[in-house]
Amino acid sequence: MERPRMSEPFDAVPPVMPRVARHKVGGLIAALRKEFLLQWKTRTQFMAVFVFGATSLLLFSFAVGPNSEALRLYSAGFLWLGLLLSSTLTLAESYHAEMENRALEGLLLLPSDPRALYYGKAIANWLQLALLGVGLVPVMVVLYDAGTTDLLRLLAIILLGTAGLSAPGTLYAAMTSQARAKQTLLPLLLFPLIVPALLASVKATSLVILGDPMQQLPSWISLLTAFDAIYWSLCGLLFGRVVEE
Amino acid sequence: MQDTLAIDAQNLARRYGRRWALADVSLQIPHGRVVMVAGRNGSGKSTLFRILSTAIRPDHGSANILGFDLVKQRYDVRKGVALLSHYSYLYESLTAAENLQVFADHRGTPRTGLKELLDRVRLGQRADDAVHTFSAGMRKRLSFARILLQRPRLVLLDEPYGQLDPEGFALVDEVVHELQTFGVTVLLATHQLERGGRLAEDAIVLEQGRLIWQGNPQFIPSAARDQWSGRA
Repeated sequence: MERPRMSEPFDAVPPVMPRVARHKVGGLIAALRKEFLLQWKTRTQFMAVFVFGATSLLLFSFAVGPNSEALRLYSAGFLWLGLLLSSTLTLAESYHAEMENRALEGLLLLPSDPRALYYGKAIANWLQLALLGVGLVPVMVVLYDAGTTDLLRLLAIILLGTAGLSAPGTLYAAMTSQARAKQTLLPLLLFPLIVPALLASVKATSLVILGDPMQQLPSWISLLTAFDAIYWSLCGLLFGRVVEE
Repeated sequence: MQDTLAIDAQNLARRYGRRWALADVSLQIPHGRVVMVAGRNGSGKSTLFRILSTAIRPDHGSANILGFDLVKQRYDVRKGVALLSHYSYLYESLTAAENLQVFADHRGTPRTGLKELLDRVRLGQRADDAVHTFSAGMRKRLSFARILLQRPRLVLLDEPYGQLDPEGFALVDEVVHELQTFGVTVLLATHQLERGGRLAEDAIVLEQGRLIWQGNPQFIPSAARDQWSGRA
């Protein structure tokens, strides 16, 4: 079989688009496409993480015992603890494919904008965590009898809370991805940083489930939004320094 | 003078811990030249290539690559340089075609022509197979396709013959020759001294991170072997 030859080595490759066309948005879209493709290829891992999260909720219910009032009271805290524990698995895993053959370095050398790579991964992690949070709500309702009719507000809190987990989590997962003890280092670094966002998420979820006679919910949501804005802007700026040697 | 040089490096040095992997290497390579880089394992070839491609920064020294400062204009350097590294830079769970699509998307290149590129490296039949099913040689070919996708002006090939079969050897020779024809500067780090010597116009030899010999590649085997065996 004869090897296909070309008159010029790059004949098969169209030239690079003008820089304006690909700019920041193009880079972000490329990063998002890659992330969703990688997540789709490893979708069975998502199921495993969901089972881990659901098991955590089950174990928390064992710790409290058959006190239905206490279970309902602490349900928001247990939901977010389950999500937090699961998030360390998904965040660390999101860099496994990047570090296996140093694919991330390959993308940086193309060259790709590090911020586009960061925001692509952070958004993909955010959506995955939000989906996980939504999936854990029925488990929480069944185990803790902690239902609510205000589903839209609960969804908004899950979206804001998981945004607060994914932005710093994606940055720290990048920092620890090459460390030998990455599974230990990631939670050690991440948990102290996200305490304000976690606290606001638990309080807001609790108010949605148990009722909000004092109208405190808007304050907690504002606090959560403010922390999200800080995390997403700062982490995007720092990512380039973290991944570039 | 500087415009005629693809690489103008002064006193490049890089340290890993207490060991200098590269020490005081100065290098001037004109545009369009094919240069063989020889040296024993651990002599600093890969470190030199990783510095020139901006994958790592030098601890000392400076360099102008394709007219851009290696450190301050890293983004511009990267637009013109392609590195075939010991790392494949491939995603294991993606297929060969998907890997090239990811690179094309990040490069800002349309996805057309990728099939032809895979045919070019003789992976057309395996385009839809995941990379984790590939042999080491096939991964190397796919990495080679990624290099061509970049349309570089300077190509750094670190052990391009490693893990390839004889047909792969011929493919590397053919592409290097074509790159040379079209004015692309190529640095070729290899232990295949005879083979590399036939392709290259110049050669350099590194030993313990230092540039110890520079000259006509036809003479490199004896010169290098003498040096390595301590006879020089």
